[in-house]
Amino acid sequence: MTALTDLTIAGARDCLRKGEVTATELTEACITAVEAADTLNAFVHKTPDIARAQAAAADQRLKAGDAPDLCGIPLGIKDLFCTRGVPSQAASRILQGFRPEYESTVTQQLFDQGAVMLGKLNMDEFAMGSSNETSCYGDAVNPWRVDDRLLTPGGSSGGSAAAVAAGLCLGATGTDTGGSIRQPAAFTGITGIKPTYGRVSRWGIVAFASSLDQAGPMTRDVRDAAIMLAAMSGHDPKDSTSADLPVPDFEAALTGDIRGQTIGIPREYRMDGMPPEIEALWSRGAEMLRDGGARIVDISLPHTKYALPAYYVIAPAEASSNLARYDGVRFGHRATLAQGDGVTEMYEKTRAEGFGPEVQRRVMVGTYVLSAGFYDAYYNRARRVRALIRRDFEAVFADGVDAILTPATPSAAFGLGEMAAADPIQMYLNDVFTVTVNLAGLPGISVPAGLDANGLPLGLQLIGPPWEEGDLLNIAYSLERAANFVEKPSRWW
Amino acid sequence: MSIDLETARKVAHLARIRVEEDRLPALAAEFNAILGFVEQLNEVDVTGVEPMTSVTPMRLKRREDVVTDGNRQAAVLANAPDAREGFFAVPKVVE
Repeated sequence: MTALTDLTIAGARDCLRKGEVTATELTEACITAVEAADTLNAFVHKTPDIARAQAAAADQRLKAGDAPDLCGIPLGIKDLFCTRGVPSQAASRILQGFRPEYESTVTQQLFDQGAVMLGKLNMDEFAMGSSNETSCYGDAVNPWRVDDRLLTPGGSSGGSAAAVAAGLCLGATGTDTGGSIRQPAAFTGITGIKPTYGRVSRWGIVAFASSLDQAGPMTRDVRDAAIMLAAMSGHDPKDSTSADLPVPDFEAALTGDIRGQTIGIPREYRMDGMPPEIEALWSRGAEMLRDGGARIVDISLPHTKYALPAYYVIAPAEASSNLARYDGVRFGHRATLAQGDGVTEMYEKTRAEGFGPEVQRRVMVGTYVLSAGFYDAYYNRARRVRALIRRDFEAVFADGVDAILTPATPSAAFGLGEMAAADPIQMYLNDVFTVTVNLAGLPGISVPAGLDANGLPLGLQLIGPPWEEGDLLNIAYSLERAANFVEKPSRWW
Repeated sequence: MSIDLETARKVAHLARIRVEEDRLPALAAEFNAILGFVEQLNEVDVTGVEPMTSVTPMRLKRREDVVTDGNRQAAVLANAPDAREGFFAVPKVVE
């Protein structure tokens, strides 16, 4: 039998139900793995006591024969999710000491199913970053390594990606505003899906850009993503943007039969200077889907190049508004004030101390593009371009395309610190293939599809029409079986 | 559009983030890099295109206008850096 921590969620579910292993044994194996992996800095708040209590309760349910799919499955939770009584600080100093009095809808749903929480996972501060280097906890480290350099696991869900890839937990929650599930999944050789905007409740998840944020699962394979996504999804009266639609049985959609499906290859994603390896992987992915019986067609999404600039107006604008709540009054950090300081000094000092440089930069850019005189020129123009980007996708889907295949990232994982000297735009380019999907509110999934010449994982992205996660997962499942990516990082930590 | 020091100072104040004087030139340069990048949006013909308000076409749900939550003073104040006698405490606002 494989090591317990190497089990997939589906595999563990079946073992648990057959009584071949208990939730307690599985949880203890994960706690041991987490304890031995501090070098990766993936888990930033460990909750072994909660995990053991939840595992014991799961074993009771399993014994009683009342065991949903995730019953007894040890998971990691991104620090962006509010978890009752457990530090939840979005990797920011400004939420130092914050212990929510409430539980996010997603984690509540997972716990109601019997899932086990091992702890909170590292991330970029307020999910603003693509390398997990803006975290107040320090960098998370990619378990993949090819030389002396420590590599980024990507971001913002870097801790989630590192933990799942390193076998510390069976799955993890992530969130994705511009690529923050799919890019780290690609960098660590795991699967990550960002569902349709509105599929998963955002209630209790620290807000970054409310019209773009969606939570989703990060898992070892597509089947696990289907299982975990179903558990996270559904209408929530506490989130008025969550869709009141039935949640299909995503796992049942995984037939692997994609005959007759039409897959679009968008020509605008063939960027100048794209590494030949990425281009070759993309072509191989298309061949695999063709071999599976799909029809491959060239498509055009003409406004693709304007997605990143539109994103870097809209996301900071929404962030500046959302992050206005961090005022040093109701929760989190308050700066030590000097004699005679008033409320304005309290706000300014608290936010200067509490927010890191990238968060400050984005809040201020957002403030600028929303300020009188610039609102129309920047914010409204970006929202118009956003409408055109969505229209591009709508036209393609209306023409009969079932899914779109693209690379997930423009490169494999890079070294921690390597981008420190570059200007912020260079880091933003990491999301060039993923950000369009958030702007259009579509589901997108990253599937590991191969290794680069150095032996680092590369991912492919599939994009589907709204609410068609079932079909999208099935196409991803077919691609996964054809790519047969089985490599794992060898343990050095 | 070029951001000068005065604009950078003003934006920092609007955002209620203290930025020391010696940091302003670097901040203005970063703003200019980012705003220069988003200038590309001016190439797009957006005539007749409405700004997107909702990414998935949906009607916001309505509900009865009744109290659904409340009476949780202790929970609301539990995370306050300074709470006294059932209130959030802040520096004096009125002289």
